Amino acid sequence: MKITKKELEILEILEKDARLTAADLSKMIGEGEEETKAMIQRLEEAKVLVHYTALVDWSKVEARERVTAMIDVKVTPKRGVGFNETAERIYRFKEVSSVYLMSGAYDLSVTVEGQSMNEVARFVSEKLSVLDSVVSTTTHFQLKKYKHDGIIFEEKQSDNRIVVSP
Amino acid sequence: MPVTKSYIAKSVETMRPSGIRKFFDLAAGMEGVISLGVGEPDFVTSWSAREAAILSLERGHTSYTANAGLLELREEIARYVSGRFYVPYNPKEEIIVTVGASQAIDLALRAILDPGDEVIVVEPCFVSYTPLVELAGGKAVTVETTGEQQFKLQPEALEQAITPKTKALLLCSPNNPTGAQLGREDLQAIAAIVKQHDLLVIADEIYAELAYDVPHTSIASLDGMRERTILINGFSKGFAMTGWRLGFICAPGELAEAMLKIHQYAMMCASTPAQYAALEALKTGMSDVEEMKKDYRRRRNYIVQSFNEIGLECHLPGGAFYVFPSIRNTGLTSEEFAESLLREEKVAVVPGSVFGKGGEGFIRCSYASSMEQLQEAVKRIGRFAGK
Repeated sequence: MKITKKELEILEILEKDARLTAADLSKMIGEGEEETKAMIQRLEEAKVLVHYTALVDWSKVEARERVTAMIDVKVTPKRGVGFNETAERIYRFKEVSSVYLMSGAYDLSVTVEGQSMNEVARFVSEKLSVLDSVVSTTTHFQLKKYKHDGIIFEEKQSDNRIVVSP
Repeated sequence: MPVTKSYIAKSVETMRPSGIRKFFDLAAGMEGVISLGVGEPDFVTSWSAREAAILSLERGHTSYTANAGLLELREEIARYVSGRFYVPYNPKEEIIVTVGASQAIDLALRAILDPGDEVIVVEPCFVSYTPLVELAGGKAVTVETTGEQQFKLQPEALEQAITPKTKALLLCSPNNPTGAQLGREDLQAIAAIVKQHDLLVIADEIYAELAYDVPHTSIASLDGMRERTILINGFSKGFAMTGWRLGFICAPGELAEAMLKIHQYAMMCASTPAQYAALEALKTGMSDVEEMKKDYRRRRNYIVQSFNEIGLECHLPGGAFYVFPSIRNTGLTSEEFAESLLREEKVAVVPGSVFGKGGEGFIRCSYASSMEQLQEAVKRIGRFAGK
């Protein structure tokens, strides 16, 4: 899809802060508010703008800690559909938060979230590894999140600038 | 006991204190202030530059460098200035690394001024120009620019300010505090007069990287101007490196040699770790500059339109990170406006009048702040101006 310069700006801005209103966004890119809304709608309809979410640090919420595992999955590709069919079988599980096809030693990188290690382990052994085309799985549990999608979780930086300067 | 005041030099005693100081004192004691009064980027220096400085310390690069700065850095500066602004300089003889552009301005003035020489200072301008001219023994002759002309120096006004004693023109584009940017044609008209009267230009181009609509033109790149320009730039603004205190001068050999004489006695050399950081910034940091510039540009667009919507007339400045809206329709002076705004709505701005007479009726607002801060500031200023 070909997009305009202004649409590109909208994407760049929203990718960093999806909460900006169309009114503020329109001022930032120097465009009318209605035109800006129309551009956003076009991008949404084309699924270029796929979804707006919040980045939550669940580790701070009592009794709501989660575990995340990244699983390397080796897959036997199938004639005609390659890896897509297996990928689809996997990403349809609600426990799965992301699936990527990778180059290198394994084929699919699957991220699974659960309440506990047990829950994730059960998912891997009962749902994932038993799929026909899955040859093997290697599960890595995340121990701590430092940075996610460009955002540092515990930003130590504060504004140290003096209040008024020439 | 001696009267210590009697020791102070008359030139310093009579020096006007910076009007900014007062607002700093006022704002510093308050809680919850949103400051649009800051003259520096809200970004932290890129990690690659910071990391390079750390590495230089680990390797023990803690001694002096050459007076003019690390040759490697000067070579990189020469590449940068010729690649980006199209002016060639010899890194061995024509470039000096300084302690910020501020020291560079001081050096330039001290190197060229004899007692009584006049320097044309274009107001509104950075607060240090006139005091530095006077400290160097010169006389500052101010030329006002106006909002009607987007704060661009008018050739006729320049012409009128020139006397037989005029030695130099001190020019800053993009400008602090107005954000005004002189385009190629504006500069050509100025250059013609400068050449006709055989003047020198001290070009403070510290905001050169922050030009949003049209790329910056250096006056030194114009025909016949390299030989009569002391080009000053640095890393503070574009590279978000204010605290490192690192700037540079590019000037024809004899002028550079004269400035280096002062520099070697007064400063020895710029800070060594800072020079290593700057070297890395030039080598790998240009994409960071571009990213910051994108952000500034969007914030500029946002704040200019927002100010116009709340009734503070504001032109779209071409560069730097300041807007200079008019507050005339509030009936207040710049200082009254800034002081009441700070007391009533806790937003710090700088009254335009501290940058020269022509700044009266305007305020300087820096948009080197996050969008959230700008949104809140606009809300508060709108509430204040609507009263």
